[in-house]
Amino acid sequence: MELDLTDEQRMLGDAVNSLLDKRYDANARLKLLESDDGWSRELWKQYAELGLLGLTFDEQYGGAGMGVGELAVVMEAFGRALVLEPFLATVVLGGQLVAAAGTPEQKAALLPGVASGETLLAFAAVEPGSRWSLTDIATTASPAGDGWELTGEKIAVVGGDSAEHLLVTARTPDDVVGLFLVSGADVARDTYRMQDGLGAADVVLSSAPAQALGSPADALDHIESVLDVATAVLCAESVGAMDRMLWLTVDYLKTRVQFGQPIAVFQALQHRASDMFVSLEQARSMALLARLALADDDVAERRRSVAAAKIQIDVSARHISQEAIQLHGGIGMTMEYPVGHYAKRTALIAKTFADTDALVEAVGADGGLIAER
Amino acid sequence: MDIALSKQERAFAERMRTFFSTEIPAEIRDRLGRGGHTTREDIVTSQRIMNEHGLAVPHWPVEWGGQDWTPVQRHLWSEEMLLAHVPPPLAFNSAMVGPVIATFGSEDLKARFLPKTANLDIWWCQGFSEPNAGSDLASLKTTAVREGDDYIVNGQKTWTTLAQWADWIFCLVRTDPEAKKQRGISFLLIDMSTPGVTVRPIRLIDGGFEVNEVFFEDVRVPADQLVGEENSGWDYAKFLLGNERTGVAAVGQTKARVLRIKRLAAQTNSGGRPLLDDPLFRARLTKLEVELTALEMSVLRVLNTEAKIGPGKPDPVSSVLKLKGSELQQEATELLVDVLGPSGLAYRESADVPDGFAALPEGALDALPTYFNWRKASIYSGSSEVQRTIIAKAILKL
Ligand SMILES: Cc1cc2nc3c(=O)[nH]c(=O)nc-3n(C[C@H](O)[C@H](O)[C@H](O)COP(=O)(O)OP(=O)(O)OC[C@H]3O[C@@H](n4cnc5c(N)ncnc54)[C@H](O)[C@@H]3O)c2cc1C
Repeated sequence: MELDLTDEQRMLGDAVNSLLDKRYDANARLKLLESDDGWSRELWKQYAELGLLGLTFDEQYGGAGMGVGELAVVMEAFGRALVLEPFLATVVLGGQLVAAAGTPEQKAALLPGVASGETLLAFAAVEPGSRWSLTDIATTASPAGDGWELTGEKIAVVGGDSAEHLLVTARTPDDVVGLFLVSGADVARDTYRMQDGLGAADVVLSSAPAQALGSPADALDHIESVLDVATAVLCAESVGAMDRMLWLTVDYLKTRVQFGQPIAVFQALQHRASDMFVSLEQARSMALLARLALADDDVAERRRSVAAAKIQIDVSARHISQEAIQLHGGIGMTMEYPVGHYAKRTALIAKTFADTDALVEAVGADGGLIAER
Repeated sequence: MDIALSKQERAFAERMRTFFSTEIPAEIRDRLGRGGHTTREDIVTSQRIMNEHGLAVPHWPVEWGGQDWTPVQRHLWSEEMLLAHVPPPLAFNSAMVGPVIATFGSEDLKARFLPKTANLDIWWCQGFSEPNAGSDLASLKTTAVREGDDYIVNGQKTWTTLAQWADWIFCLVRTDPEAKKQRGISFLLIDMSTPGVTVRPIRLIDGGFEVNEVFFEDVRVPADQLVGEENSGWDYAKFLLGNERTGVAAVGQTKARVLRIKRLAAQTNSGGRPLLDDPLFRARLTKLEVELTALEMSVLRVLNTEAKIGPGKPDPVSSVLKLKGSELQQEATELLVDVLGPSGLAYRESADVPDGFAALPEGALDALPTYFNWRKASIYSGSSEVQRTIIAKAILKL
């Protein structure tokens, strides 16, 4: 058994944390939020230089050839700093989808640009009526010339505000859900920020020219595998955010004075902070399970473990974020103070790809986790 | 909760329902029922209509516009109002400063302020909390020093809700720096347009502006704007906070939220069936309804006691109502977020979408901001921790 990070992973984490410690204090982040893009293209270049944007891609495509464990290390650091750059959209989702589903030509055309920071991608799967289902969708793909045409609407496309290329799910005439590459220039976009500050868009496709990413018949398997990875690394991001919420709260309890003493002396509050720590440990353990599960060849087991991890993550994040705000009192409710921003990010993570009920239902229907030997 | 009500009480509730659903403009009620923002104008309009019919301040003395109602009637008035999505009378006026002036103010102050307070010709805000005086309110430091016929006020209040809309602020100020904490505090009424008063908005995590810092720099306040006696302000503040025994449970508001959740969940597709039929969702919703009904029965029990012991005496059981009530309000906001699912994650200021895009589902704009915003319910008006301490000390005698 080996649960610790490798030396390389630890070095990677240190490098990312030290960059973010310098560049991502709460004020710098607030400024970024108020800027037009809402994130920093200059930092994006630095991520590229550190090799983060091609972390898991093959070296022949400009990547670093690392595993998803490294991706989790980066995402935990990003969670601690509440990074706003479109890393989830472009690298975790977009890049990995292309790497998994794309033809060699498509990979060669897209991945080097992602790795070098020039190309931004986004994954467009959710629709007004689809809720969490990848297949309950109305967007259609019809063959047209050498390629395809897509018609439909996608919502909550994270990174969809800035992406040059969208990876869009659509139903083909053969009734399979395929994955298609669409140029951002060929769709109508309604751009906005998500509640956590990340850029996003709703997208309308009206006979938008598209090419299939790999073969439509294989797309769903690839998407589900990439979403397992993405869910596992979101768990890591959430743990990073929860860790910060806990320690911000602990530090605040020690400095806030009411009734003539630091409120940390009140045992009622000490116990609450202890419970937050317990929740964090549960989350950390399950994020680890999710990361280890990604190496599991048994798809069903992998998926069940990742889903279970996400349930624990979301339960812990709900508890920790609500308590973090509560124990801060009024200050925790303000935009100026970081705790609320962490609470918002973790709340959105809990509503990314699936919600807790959907995951509970899936894990339960699959027989749960504890099996007779 | 009809089971517990008498025939007369039920008829009274019916009368209130008719009033609210016919006299308050449907435009306001419909918009608020769909989660729209309450504007200053909405509150003013609705309070003035109520006041015209003698329904804005029923718990005040009859001579100042109150009604000779039983506690249960007052409760039903509030319930029906909230269930009809009517913006309630501004609490700072009707529940806070009004009763204090009516009980402790001079005849002059009453005549000068109460009619305008009832009619919302004056918009009040509450200047109690300070940066270093939150739960420990009695440690407040804003000073008022007597100089001839005036007080000179210096200091800072914070978290002042809707100070940006307010004409006047009622403040707790320190008039005797030598006296023990609670003893040196007075209750002062200050015109927000007095030179030296400045308001700085604070943005909350939901993106909205509802609280402010209010600064006082050598603000000259006529001494006749002191309520009651100098250095007795703490007693008036305690009266003010204890005055609202059952409204703190917010049962009507949470019921209205539950009804909206049910309506929207019935319209939301979840894997081929309405979300309302999803057993996991339904289980959580039903548990909330059970807890809310228990809370409502607790409210009725407190009202029943109040009818016997009379108004104005704080009942520590109201701490149970505040504690549980804010928890259930918060849970309801979470369920609405769950209903919206991926449609509720965008930060949008308006429901307008470009041509060709699907209309946003109801709740898309307000579900998550309300969830974040409502974390306040367990912080203000005595945090949940403060309520637990009251239960432990005042009821359990621990
Ligand atoms: C949205 C909003 C609107 C508000 N509107 C107004 C307004 O209009 N006017 C006004 O005057 N005030 C207003 N308040 C202020 C509110 O009353 C205070 O926030 C509240 O009193 C808590 O004080 P604090 O924020 O300083 O937290 P603190 O008192 O610093 O408390 C921090 C944490 O410690 C806990 N704690 C403190 N003491 C103890 C103890 N002895 N034992 C156990 N736990 C303890 C608290 O419960 C809290 O969890 C508002 C607050 C908010 C959030």
